[in-house]
Amino acid sequence: MALAVFVLIALIAVASALGLVLRRNPVHGALFLVLNLFCVAVLYLMLEAEFLAAAQVIIYAGAIMVLFLFAIMVLIPGREELGADPLRWQRLIAVSLGLFLLVEVGFLFRTRLMPAERPSAAPGGIEAVGRRLFTDYLFPFEVTSVLLLAALVGVLVLARRKA
Amino acid sequence: MVPWSYYTALSAVLFVIGVVGVLVRRNPLVIFMSIELMLNAANLAFVAFGRQLGSPDGQVIVFFVMTVAAAEVAVGLAIIVAIFRTRVRVSVDDLTLTRW
Repeated sequence: MALAVFVLIALIAVASALGLVLRRNPVHGALFLVLNLFCVAVLYLMLEAEFLAAAQVIIYAGAIMVLFLFAIMVLIPGREELGADPLRWQRLIAVSLGLFLLVEVGFLFRTRLMPAERPSAAPGGIEAVGRRLFTDYLFPFEVTSVLLLAALVGVLVLARRKA
Repeated sequence: MVPWSYYTALSAVLFVIGVVGVLVRRNPLVIFMSIELMLNAANLAFVAFGRQLGSPDGQVIVFFVMTVAAAEVAVGLAIIVAIFRTRVRVSVDDLTLTRW
């Protein structure tokens, strides 16, 4: 049963990722990416990471993709990648390099970098994550607040109109 | 119970699709979205490994990746907006100002 759900979700995820890359209209691409993010959220649920599934939907699908759609709508109303591609031959190289990377990563995962296929105990849900976040990872957690502040200030400076 | 290697395989496929998107597309916004796709694929691998090892560390790191992704998107979109103000055509092939 779980396997059937996984296969279904994986197919949707791969199809929506391909849709993002192949569709010319960036708005369609953004909506495909939203679908992909939801699929990954479902996979998080299957991996017993409920907090991350909720955060995925709220932060990625809710905030980040809305920002993307705003930017697309404001900046390029219906302007797509038209005209002949000046670098058509690069596509072949890009796709073949991508396939090569896939083979490489697959080869990497086939080597025994993990203990054998046995399900271990569940990591313990949001309680364990929160405890770890505020003890062992307290300093990185504080650094992310500085990072967000820096991003905020940087965006304000960048987006300001020249007076 | 789905084997964890299935999750890593899916993560690899999604990551490679994101890489190809960055290499093939010319619209900077679509390239950005492909980068988000790659980040998500990496996150999925983190969670799958963390589940397999029975450790919450994978989920904690995914939390940090999400934060960095949010900051990256905000700054990146601001840069793209600033570029769009001065140019009509939008293609990364035209942005050769800082190219060597």
